[in-house]
Amino acid sequence: MKAETVTALQAARVERRAVVLATRLSDASETLIYPDRAEGALASDATLLAAAHRAMEIGRSETVDLGGQKIFLNVYVPPARLIIVGAVHIAQSLAPMASLMDFDVTVIDPRRAFATDSRFPGVKVMQEWADEAFEKMGLDSSTAVVTLTHDPKLDDPALEYALRSDVFYVGALGSRRTHAKRQERLTEAGISAEQFARIHGPVGLNIGAKSPAEIAVSILGQIVEVRARRLEALAGPKVVAA
Amino acid sequence: MSDALDVLDQVGKWKNSGKGVAVATVITTWGSSPRPVGSQLGVDESGAMVGSVSGGCIEGAVVKEALAAIADGKPRLLDFGVTDEQAWDVGLACGGKVQVFVEKVS
Repeated sequence: MKAETVTALQAARVERRAVVLATRLSDASETLIYPDRAEGALASDATLLAAAHRAMEIGRSETVDLGGQKIFLNVYVPPARLIIVGAVHIAQSLAPMASLMDFDVTVIDPRRAFATDSRFPGVKVMQEWADEAFEKMGLDSSTAVVTLTHDPKLDDPALEYALRSDVFYVGALGSRRTHAKRQERLTEAGISAEQFARIHGPVGLNIGAKSPAEIAVSILGQIVEVRARRLEALAGPKVVAA
Repeated sequence: MSDALDVLDQVGKWKNSGKGVAVATVITTWGSSPRPVGSQLGVDESGAMVGSVSGGCIEGAVVKEALAAIADGKPRLLDFGVTDEQAWDVGLACGGKVQVFVEKVS
């Protein structure tokens, strides 16, 4: 591996860009493939690029055989991100549990009493309105958003923004009744029924969770499930490169 | 995935400080294996390790090859598994098989 390759992989992570490193096993020659460009020894090999883009999409590293050449495709995707809106009691369990699962966690709450670093050691805390924070962060398909405030004036703008993006998971705390009222408000704000249906609400798997920590487990269980099913669906039957 | 990048962070630091460094990567697995394809182990010229390519079963052997790769600059493809003669020495107790690619950082 070239030292410049290490640097390029690190830069891609900082920019939250996916990249595939294709290494030809016979001579360790390298090609870096990004969603929109490629550089290196095999950058103009269309078959390789197609295989790399597919590996990137399903997030699975693998060795492929291209015309008798063994090439290892190592997929580097930015860590999935969990954005928690509402620095509430449940968030205090959810944030550290999600960090253990390698999520890049951010907690957002404009209320000063809630959004303190001392309540969330080791987690990014933004004392801002969610939609303004989202604008700065940029939501993408490796992001999950969960709203926990119970307060429409804080949750609704976050949900509206998230539903207009391609985040892979949107969850909103609240009973069925709360959720029905939420639908009325968001419909008025221009959210379609189809967009609204993306919200997991009441949030989490139905495991009878009661305590904040149990509710955090049910939410994380649901996020893991949604992500795994999505990747399975994308992967489909395994394709053998020509 | 994030820990593969943590490995590369350390590899970059070693390299920048002028050390000889190699990277080992799990490139194929069969059956049950402790670490998924793409998992990486960084090794410096003194044998210091970062990351993992197994649950600790084959790291010793991989480090030996990594040091050889640092010395001669040639990439290596290593096979480990219970069918191997060396299974009892450096095999995978879980019964899986892995293929590990070892290369020098140049």
